[in-house]
Amino acid sequence: MIRVALPTHLRRLANVEREIEIQVEDPVTLRAVLDALEDGYPMLRGTIRDQVTKERRPYIRFFACGEDLSLDSPEAPLPAEVAAGTEPLRIVGAMAGG
Amino acid sequence: MSGIRLLVGTHKGAFILTSDGKRQKWDVNGPYFAGLDIYHLKGSPANPDRLYASQTSDWFGQVVHRSDDGGKTFETVSNNFVYDGDPGTHQWYDGTQHPWEFKRVWYFEPSPSDPDTVYAGVEDAALFRSSDGGQTWQELSGLRSVKGNLWQPGAGGMCLHKIILDPKDPDRIYTAISAAGAFRSEDGGQTWRAATRGLRSDFELPDPDADVGHCVHSIAMHPARPDVLFMQKHWDVMRSDNAGEMWYEVSGNLPSDFGFPIAVHAHEPDTVYVVPIKSDSEHFPPDGKLRVYRSRTGGNEWEALTKGLPQANCYVNVLRSALTVDSLDPCGLYFGTTGGQVYASANSGDSWMPIVEDFPAVYSVEVQTLP
Repeated sequence: MIRVALPTHLRRLANVEREIEIQVEDPVTLRAVLDALEDGYPMLRGTIRDQVTKERRPYIRFFACGEDLSLDSPEAPLPAEVAAGTEPLRIVGAMAGG
Repeated sequence: MSGIRLLVGTHKGAFILTSDGKRQKWDVNGPYFAGLDIYHLKGSPANPDRLYASQTSDWFGQVVHRSDDGGKTFETVSNNFVYDGDPGTHQWYDGTQHPWEFKRVWYFEPSPSDPDTVYAGVEDAALFRSSDGGQTWQELSGLRSVKGNLWQPGAGGMCLHKIILDPKDPDRIYTAISAAGAFRSEDGGQTWRAATRGLRSDFELPDPDADVGHCVHSIAMHPARPDVLFMQKHWDVMRSDNAGEMWYEVSGNLPSDFGFPIAVHAHEPDTVYVVPIKSDSEHFPPDGKLRVYRSRTGGNEWEALTKGLPQANCYVNVLRSALTVDSLDPCGLYFGTTGGQVYASANSGDSWMPIVEDFPAVYSVEVQTLP
């Protein structure tokens, strides 16, 4: 199972506590995880990435294993720890403001 | 006994305020969608338990919430607003062309007869309609054919912020767009024309009486007299007696004719309300006095309504969707401020009381008069 950690507002929107666990077939890429996430929680469509272009929203970042994956290709494999379920993919609302 | 339900959208969530028909004691519920911008909530006239709410965020984008129990619970419906075909471009701040990009929903107008039909005014300015309760949205793209390439965002964004459905003619729709103008359709939203003749924008437009480009802040209509429209323009309070074919100024003796909202009394089609603001560069009431102005003559002759409102050191604004009227007798009025106050009057504006004083900045106030 893939673990996904959402920011507070998206947890409330999806009506979930803490992390979400979803099934994703290999290869475990960012795109595959987000596709599965949106299939399971359709209310999240458009809140993380554009519904048409699938581009990441500007103030959303992706982290895993202490690394910022936001600028990686969505087709690149996620770290093995994420694929194994030992580490979560963290979806983060970027700090912006004062 | 009849009741009142106020739907308040704020910078940090939505609130629902309820009272009986006396409108003296209020219950406050919320925040709903805490911490997020709620631009607008509105209830269906055909089924008052059906509410639509627009949640918008620079982080997480647009979310549309729907309630079928008067706001006790909400569920999400579609937030997929896709422009019809190739959306093309509009004018950017620097005069270049810029692609049309959906940003948020500013305004919902539910159908008077069908709870599942609702119109959405969005930024970048366009009109969408859903006929399945918000499960899907279709753009009425004929609106953007009215010289949309010349529309240019104002300071608040290029937003379609007001939709009026003519209660006597289901094919007639009005929309208002900041820095673009007012528009009218006679065929249910398929084709449109500018409804801007008579408007002058001497300080904002190279051609002061151009057909598009006027910064219309809001429009209002009395349902019993739908050919008469009132408008709060950037500067100027305007009136049309022929469904927007021609406008004339009715600012009269207002201390400032700049402002955002405008509303018409529920039972007196010639009684109109505005909230004057000092200027386009100083968005607060003149002289630090929060005054609603009322005309009982359809414009030109205005009286200040001050009882119960702060008359010193008040520097809040009242935004375009934050003034509304109920349909009880005597007519009730409600408005919210950027300082977080929501004021109510149960006597057509003669006197006011704050319902709440410490909300987040209020974006919108809508009222439902319940049986």
